[in-house]
Amino acid sequence: MRIDAKGMHYRELNKIIRQAVKDGTKELVLDNINGQRYIGTGINEKVRIIVNGVPGNDLAAFMNGPEIVVNGNGQDGIGNTMNDGSVVIHGGAGDVIGYAMRGGRIFIKGNVGYRVGIHMKEYKDQVPCIVVGGSTGDFLGEYMAGGILVVLGLNRRQGEPLTGDYLGTGMHGGVIYLRGEVEKYKLGKEVNIFELDDDDKKKLKPLIEEYCAYFDCDLEEILNAPFYKLLPVSSRPYGRLYAY
Amino acid sequence: MIGTFPRIPSGCAISGMMSRRARHMTGEAVIKSIALMHDRSNGLGGGFAAYGIYPDFKDHYAFHILYNSKQNRIDTENYLKDKFVIDRCEPIPTRNVEAVTDPPIIWRYFLKIEEKNLYHNNQLIDERDYVVNVVMHINNKIDGAFVMSSGKNMGAFKGVGYPEDIGRFFCLDEYEAYIWTAHGRFPTNTPGWWGGAHPFCLLDWSVVHNGEISSYGINKRYLEMFGYKCELQTDTEVVAYLVDLLHRKQGIPLDLTCKALASPFWKDIDKMKPEQREVFTVLRQVYGSALLNGPFSFIIANSGAMIGLNDRIKLRPMTVGVKDDMVYMASEESAIREICPDLDEVWAAKAGEPIIVELEEGVKV
Repeated sequence: MRIDAKGMHYRELNKIIRQAVKDGTKELVLDNINGQRYIGTGINEKVRIIVNGVPGNDLAAFMNGPEIVVNGNGQDGIGNTMNDGSVVIHGGAGDVIGYAMRGGRIFIKGNVGYRVGIHMKEYKDQVPCIVVGGSTGDFLGEYMAGGILVVLGLNRRQGEPLTGDYLGTGMHGGVIYLRGEVEKYKLGKEVNIFELDDDDKKKLKPLIEEYCAYFDCDLEEILNAPFYKLLPVSSRPYGRLYAY
Repeated sequence: MIGTFPRIPSGCAISGMMSRRARHMTGEAVIKSIALMHDRSNGLGGGFAAYGIYPDFKDHYAFHILYNSKQNRIDTENYLKDKFVIDRCEPIPTRNVEAVTDPPIIWRYFLKIEEKNLYHNNQLIDERDYVVNVVMHINNKIDGAFVMSSGKNMGAFKGVGYPEDIGRFFCLDEYEAYIWTAHGRFPTNTPGWWGGAHPFCLLDWSVVHNGEISSYGINKRYLEMFGYKCELQTDTEVVAYLVDLLHRKQGIPLDLTCKALASPFWKDIDKMKPEQREVFTVLRQVYGSALLNGPFSFIIANSGAMIGLNDRIKLRPMTVGVKDDMVYMASEESAIREICPDLDEVWAAKAGEPIIVELEEGVKV
């Protein structure tokens, strides 16, 4: 199914999408998207949604199953509290990507903004993953409680840092994999840098393979660089907050 | 939603566009851009600033004034006659827009100053200081009169409503400007009224703002020491006066003015090279009371520049786009793409790092 969304308000668009999914449509192509919010929000079926243009905020919020491909840049709040499915962005994205995400995968070809992966969480086999091809802004993985964040730092301009400041501030679960080193001062008080072990490599490789498949990159070239991981050094830092 | 009020997703919208070659454009594009972000505002405020709109009066101070009543207008005009030569005055043309209700009386004045008025106790005072004093007097001492803008060859158009409705109300499709900025308001802490809509202006400065300034009280008291009085009940007002004080009056370059408003953290100043560290240490020490706290993204403009500025930890969004001589800034990328789909470059502004766009060298306005 193809929808020309030019000038369409998000409520109308999402109504059409939900109805189409209800009617059994398996693939939707949305043309001339520009700024419509909540695309894919709250959809439970395993459908495929191709977005041509720049989707509005909260793309894939509360999403539970669909596969979304964006041919353009993303804005803010992608994958807010997302539960399952995948989002692939053939461009960059804005702030608070994967906010409180609890499952599914987000792949972003280029750079992202601030607070990516804020408050991600995991439970048993529900492990959300975000792979960023470029660099990130400050507060990556802020208050992160679970899940996997990967930052590859590809195609950076001269002098452009891999990540911003306040890395993993308040983080107490999950892991952040970085392709390259970061300055020690950027680390939040709750995290430290570690070398990868075999287990990490097993987790990381399939994610990077998937990234390479989406964006047509050379896997060997990406893997042929030092990776490091950030882990929280204290667990449940607020466990005693209300103990007195 | 079941049995509840639907959530109203919002959080203010800003958009700005500038031709670095001072090519003039009607207000249609900026209206289209801000209208795309309709859902970020709630109908309690919309406004625009436009530069280059009065070429026939470009050496006059153009005052846009809101009045509650005819008597307020008469009182204000008597005061203006005393202070200026009024070369032209007229109601600002508006058209009937259903969504814009109960507008105040809105007039504009093209004003010149007689040189003899510029002497106070035989001392020549700066013409712009004179104008600032007049604006402060009207806003504070004259009942029911509020100056929307007071710069040369520019003007603010604002009111209660959605920005696209306010734009049509003021017939902005009939004006041509080389810088346009726009605001869609979702007031959080202060009332939605005509004078409290954005932009906030003084002389040729204009400011549109998404966010809130929690340091408002400190900034306001600091400004009062220099004769600026904040009476418009919206936090953004302090920013217009702070840039006037720091840049125009005290001669601090634009980039450092921005660094006083959103200064680097001490931990980052500690990491700077000695010379730079000294500059920023002094800046924070001297202008500590001008520091803006809280979440913000601003588009600040004057006749020669458009400036994007975010708070130091990027609590509000801002995207910048470039196409040939045009530079765009907006809360969302889609608001730029709506009027310029094919950008040469697009990027997100960084926390606390001003983006200063100036006219190309040699361009006259």
